[in-house]
Amino acid sequence: MGGGEKPELMINGKRLDGRMPDQLRSIKIESGVIKNAVGSAYIEWGNNKIIAAVYGPKEALPKHVQDPERAIIKCRYTMAPFSSLEEHGRSGPNRRSTEISKVTKEVFENVIMLEKFPGSEIDIFVEVLQGDGGTRAAGITAAAVAVAASGIPMTDIPYAVSFGKVGDTVILDLNKIEDNYSDADMPVAISPRTGDILLLQMDGTLSKDDVKAGMDMVYRAAEVITKVQRDALKAPYEKISERYTK
Amino acid sequence: MQIRTVTEDFIADLLANGKREDGRDFMSYRDIKVQTGIVPNAEGSAMVTFGDTKVIGAVKISPGEPMPDKPDEGNLMTGAELHPMASESFDTGPPSPDAIELGRVIDRGIRASNMINPKALVINDELVWSVFVDVYVLNYDGNLFDAGMFASAAALNTCRMPKYEDEKVIREGNLEKFKPGGLATSCTFAKLGKSIVLDASGNEEAFMDARITISNDEAVIRAMQKGLHGSFTNAELENLIDISFNKSKELRKMISDLR
Repeated sequence: MGGGEKPELMINGKRLDGRMPDQLRSIKIESGVIKNAVGSAYIEWGNNKIIAAVYGPKEALPKHVQDPERAIIKCRYTMAPFSSLEEHGRSGPNRRSTEISKVTKEVFENVIMLEKFPGSEIDIFVEVLQGDGGTRAAGITAAAVAVAASGIPMTDIPYAVSFGKVGDTVILDLNKIEDNYSDADMPVAISPRTGDILLLQMDGTLSKDDVKAGMDMVYRAAEVITKVQRDALKAPYEKISERYTK
Repeated sequence: MQIRTVTEDFIADLLANGKREDGRDFMSYRDIKVQTGIVPNAEGSAMVTFGDTKVIGAVKISPGEPMPDKPDEGNLMTGAELHPMASESFDTGPPSPDAIELGRVIDRGIRASNMINPKALVINDELVWSVFVDVYVLNYDGNLFDAGMFASAAALNTCRMPKYEDEKVIREGNLEKFKPGGLATSCTFAKLGKSIVLDASGNEEAFMDARITISNDEAVIRAMQKGLHGSFTNAELENLIDISFNKSKELRKMISDLR
């Protein structure tokens, strides 16, 4: 899907960064990085560096957007103008980020107990400081930690990851160069408690069997990703308990 | 509020009894009609109706500069316009997230299925053809994704190819046909409660929890998009992929017959 000479993405069964087809990049999450927000998280997912922050629930404004039965979610995913290896981008939303904001919002509409806060809004910000493929998935994974840390009640802590295809091989967690030149890209967000699919996008070329194989990888990745999320949520409290047990 | 509740219960009760408001099966399309060449000034155009949903797909082709990272490829730009005359719920103003999503999902279906063959759109070292696909919604009664994708495919498959001679664009006279590199259509399913229906009407869409669009050609899936707050299980996804391969055959045949 990218231009120019297509690089060889798989050499001897391994990917350019040495990963196996079903191997995730390293993922680190730190909760509580934005002091003013009610919940926040910083994620380093491979070379992606993303901050997610949550504000609210607060009175939804302007008034005509209020829903008397439940809270509304406003979500803003943006990429910083310096976030890509290529030229300086434009700051603020564009068509791509508007769509990603929409599908991210829909993930959290599923898991946040909106009926607890009628007339309110909950704001979720996802800011990509450095992008290296899979930013919407990493952003959702971080935002899930930020919402959980805020104490806003949720039915589950969702995670997201993408898969794709290079030649005949289905691969998990595409980085930028794989995203640019692979035969397909399919980001997915999952509610791990039920296995329900909350976000699903795809373009490229996949057979039904490829989707099946990729979804298996996505479900297997839950173990690693959800552990990183839970550890990030626990970490601030572990520091406090250390202080008191000394 | 009251009217809304009545309609929602009506739709839900019908679905619980395996029925739909217009008597269709859960997995069948409404009557589909297509009329091509309705805007002769455009290189390709088609007016498509899915029941009471009416959209225009139109193609304009103009010379332009290639993208800096793709110097040997033509451009594709797909936009969708939710015209305020098409529904009480559409507003004037800049494109809404719904319109942007609609345009981008149709764009990915066209692009990924190679309906525009970008390598065949190079004019010379500096210029390439830019293909603009516009989806104009004239009347909304649900399922704009499939109607828009169908109208775009119908317009592209009946499109003429302008010529570039002596630094001028020739858009009339004896022109060759535009040659699409593939043909994909989409099947969009709406989930209301536990029921899943194909080609939802406006009333059904007003109460749907989730939506999934699967674009495919004969052999493979080319694009997918899940929307809204609801969810799908993995088993539902696999089942809907099978149904989309099966149902899209009739759509692709209608478009092939236009050529």
